[in-house]
Amino acid sequence: MKITLRIWRQKNASAPGGFDEFPMDHISEDMSFLEVLDQVNEKLITDGKEPVAFDHDCREGICGTCSMMIDGTAHGPDKGVTACQTHMRTFADNSIITVEPWRAKAFPLIKDLVVDRSAFDRIIQAGGFVSVNTGGTPDANAIPISKVDADAAMDAAACIGCGACVAACKNGSPMLFVSAKVGQLARLPQGKTERYARVLNMVEAMEKEGFGSCTNTNSCEAVCPKEISASFIGALNREYFIATLKGKPVESAAGGG
Amino acid sequence: MLLLNFFRSSIGLKIIMALTGLALFGFTVGHMVGNLQIFLPKEHINAYAAFLQSQKELLWGVRIGLLVMVVLHIWAAIKLTAMNAAARPVGYNDPGKSATKATLASRTMIVSGVIVLIFIIFHILHFTVGSVQPQFYGLHDEAGRHDVYRMVIEGFRNPFISGFYVISVVLLGFHLSHGLSSMFRSVGLTSPAWRKPQELFAAAFSGIIVVGMAIVPIAIVIRLINPTF
Amino acid sequence: MILDAKAPTGPLSQKWDKAKFDLKLVNPANKRKYKVLVVGTGLAGASAAATLAELGYEVSAFCFQDSPRRAHSIAAQGGINAAKNYQNDGDSIQRLFYDTIKGGDFRAREANVYRLAQVSVNIIDQCVAQGVPFAREYGGLLANRSFGGAQVSRTFYARGQTGQQLLLGAYSALSRQIGKGTVKMYPRTEMLDLVVVDGHAKGIITRNLVTGKIEAHNGDAVILATGGYSNVYYLSTNAQGCNVTAIWRAYKKGAAMANPCYTQIHPTCIPVTGDHQSKLTLMSESLRNDGRVWVPKKPADPRPISEIPEDERDYFLERKYPSFGNLAPRDISSRSAKEACDAGLGVGPGGRGVYLDFADSIKRLGEDKIRERYGNLFQMYEKITGENAYKQPMRIYPALHYTMGGLWVDYNLMSNLPGLFVLGEANFSDHGANRLGASALMQGLADGYFVIPYTIGNYFATDKSKRPATDHAEFKKALAEIEARTKQLLSIKGKRTPTSLHHQLGKVMWDKCGMGRNDAGLREALAEIPNIREEFWKNVNVTGESADFNQALERAGRVADFLEFGELLVRDALHRTESCGGHFREESQTPDGEALRDDANFSYVAAWEYKGDNATPELHKEPLVYEEVKMSTRSYK
Repeated sequence: MKITLRIWRQKNASAPGGFDEFPMDHISEDMSFLEVLDQVNEKLITDGKEPVAFDHDCREGICGTCSMMIDGTAHGPDKGVTACQTHMRTFADNSIITVEPWRAKAFPLIKDLVVDRSAFDRIIQAGGFVSVNTGGTPDANAIPISKVDADAAMDAAACIGCGACVAACKNGSPMLFVSAKVGQLARLPQGKTERYARVLNMVEAMEKEGFGSCTNTNSCEAVCPKEISASFIGALNREYFIATLKGKPVESAAGGG
Repeated sequence: MLLLNFFRSSIGLKIIMALTGLALFGFTVGHMVGNLQIFLPKEHINAYAAFLQSQKELLWGVRIGLLVMVVLHIWAAIKLTAMNAAARPVGYNDPGKSATKATLASRTMIVSGVIVLIFIIFHILHFTVGSVQPQFYGLHDEAGRHDVYRMVIEGFRNPFISGFYVISVVLLGFHLSHGLSSMFRSVGLTSPAWRKPQELFAAAFSGIIVVGMAIVPIAIVIRLINPTF
Repeated sequence: MILDAKAPTGPLSQKWDKAKFDLKLVNPANKRKYKVLVVGTGLAGASAAATLAELGYEVSAFCFQDSPRRAHSIAAQGGINAAKNYQNDGDSIQRLFYDTIKGGDFRAREANVYRLAQVSVNIIDQCVAQGVPFAREYGGLLANRSFGGAQVSRTFYARGQTGQQLLLGAYSALSRQIGKGTVKMYPRTEMLDLVVVDGHAKGIITRNLVTGKIEAHNGDAVILATGGYSNVYYLSTNAQGCNVTAIWRAYKKGAAMANPCYTQIHPTCIPVTGDHQSKLTLMSESLRNDGRVWVPKKPADPRPISEIPEDERDYFLERKYPSFGNLAPRDISSRSAKEACDAGLGVGPGGRGVYLDFADSIKRLGEDKIRERYGNLFQMYEKITGENAYKQPMRIYPALHYTMGGLWVDYNLMSNLPGLFVLGEANFSDHGANRLGASALMQGLADGYFVIPYTIGNYFATDKSKRPATDHAEFKKALAEIEARTKQLLSIKGKRTPTSLHHQLGKVMWDKCGMGRNDAGLREALAEIPNIREEFWKNVNVTGESADFNQALERAGRVADFLEFGELLVRDALHRTESCGGHFREESQTPDGEALRDDANFSYVAAWEYKGDNATPELHKEPLVYEEVKMSTRSYK
């Protein structure tokens, strides 16, 4: 098939950016979208030009590295997949496909389609953990956990931290990401001991990064490659509300252990 | 300190939006029920209005309460809108497409909200202050009560006013269709099982509000209610 | 070079306890004086960095990914073994130990494997405490499944994303330490060299992948947890970024490389569709429980699949291995598929694929039952191939996915270079010549959570070498070398892309040092690889600048190292004339085509020492002494 890629090129955060067009011929419909980008880049390098920078790694939809808006949809038109799992048979012959980076103040652009998502790491560092050191833990079967709770925690834990939720949200809100981690740990007995400190610390860290607010539009769950339910956002709001009413413990979660 | 953080945080602001929105929604339902008395003989609505007017403390308590709700609702909306605008300094090539699945209502809350606000101001000037159509405002009925019945009917016989009223009410319904379901999530009253029922509730009540509110001017304009004065 | 395994004396089951007592400790107040550099943040690296920081060491951690959460451990699907015996089905530490050492075809170090089985139980406890949502039974207790090479159910799992959940557990522990300031994290930072001062590993040279800045980091010890080298084959199930650079540079600084020819090929991957292919996707091995593997008897049969009659189909696994049939082990199934395709019977584009047919199972059990068992896999297959495997057979082909070889380490996971520790897939230690399913996650976490915290202290307590400053001559020398090399890469400006040269290398590796290896082919590869390397340094085109975000430069540097490493892998494969585990020498097989070990001559670890770019590396042997286990022959007929 024949397609034209319109790709955002920008040397760095301070340089001006714009779209470059790459007409591509002999595209197999078995190719993944990123393999088409590979071909664009091979051609560019052969011509002595700089290839398009884009983040990618595992190419099987689990590492969360790939991150791009394909024709206005985070990770492309297919539901429940990442950009790396999107295959060319999804697109019509002769189509023009626009590729842009994630756009959010909290995800500053590095180059071309590459953005800096370290804000997500800082949110986890603020409280996305259970404060246990290695060793001295009780036997794994000492605390039974109902299958329902374990399954619900797993639903939330499936998050790959790709940032599509932020990219798709008209407000650039990371609430789906934050709620997935809060939801996972609040659902399990191990996470309950510090659940309120956790939610306060994580939300505080989130607010510092310059994300927008959640207005419950559900765009996030529509593009989430792991199809995490936006209902977790409600649970996060509840945790936060209760945590505020209860008041912050004297020692922050990050200071424990 | 914690409470201050709460009011600063986007989640706290959203909870304020939800709770004030809920109060305003409650008022709207009451208002709608009161309005529907227009379909009864004029004694009913006039007596109802007179009753409300006689309860000065209650009336002003409610008015001040509503004002506080409106102010908080708007204040939170401004804060959140500013925060959200700042969160995406560079937009997408086709921003309409990027917000996958988001309903038009959810994406245009600020627009519908502003129009509804303008309408409310007009509406208060019209029927509460009486400065829009003063010729219908100072009238009294046989019992010497404020003739609300006539004021409303004469007012709505003006197709422009009725039209504006109907459009605004439809926008209000639009606003509520997202706001009512969003409210549940903002205050944390969600679970996967309750999601559909809550969305249904929002759709149903915003529909009821639209119909219940718009039916009054429509009935008057099409002369379904057509008393002679 | 002396390869002292330092395995403790005494009965096997008491060796680790004895070691833990004998290992010297560092006083808690003194720990903060020691700085550890951890390279790689997969299961092994993240768990080590977090645990060492908890103990009080000063830790710097490095990963080339944009976040430590994205290391390729995240892609492991199946599960993690542990000798918990929660199922009351006869499991024990001894049994997990024996299964692992037998699965490794008796080419692993006995004491290491036993310790792995011992600490496996602690891993599960640790992960559960971190909030890893393992699958559970309705009663609330942990669920288990069974896996290849074992007769008990000892595999713990979190849907098909066990690696992800375990890595996120380790990442959360690491994040907690980063938040507390006890670990300094360097994401998007690639290690380009190891710095050795007075014979001890005391630092690394890194490149900041965003700014391009080349920097020196000093420490009291260096831990490499940088994963495997499957990508030397170009196509593998590994992530695009997985590379051999860190361990290769350590090798060139004096660390011995052990058993590089031990590579594992997984039989059920989605076949290559064309030259554009950039990576291969694994389909769970469990599919072979209900799928039948076959090829048409007629080469390039043009008929639609449904019109090929039964008697013109070759169910080759069932024919060759009647008792195990379609469930023959990974290496055997892989080789059989290759043979069929070599004979021109392969199916699909390019003829490199065999059918995995569910028609009979669907007829017998109904489509719903198959959907219930494998629904997510069928869906994944359809996403990638666009084919509905309920209606037509899947096409599968073997692919590289794990490497058992790696840097040589002793019982304490320290390489022959003092101060250099190697964990996880990057070392050679626990899997011998073949790894069992669900054992990679176990090893990574065992090394990081439960072995290195004990053994690294012993190094600090017994060694008095000082941490050099980064302006030490060795650092300056290493920095200058890396800067010169980077400059050189950027200045060639030839006609070939780094990827095309990598592709070329991969083809040689796969064709001549893949599933079946023979003397002639290996010698050809040994002649061809230097040519590709020469072509690379003459004719590669690396665009862009050094002081910039430059993925072409990153790629080129990794390919350059693969081009050197590939030769060593082939050399190791050539010298080991026996067949064992994942290493199949066609000359060494039984009359019915099975792998034939040569215990008399090859019961050793082959550790290669770098002797210079133009010199042949020197082979050192660590004999494998089995105190408790009796070597036997694996048979699946």
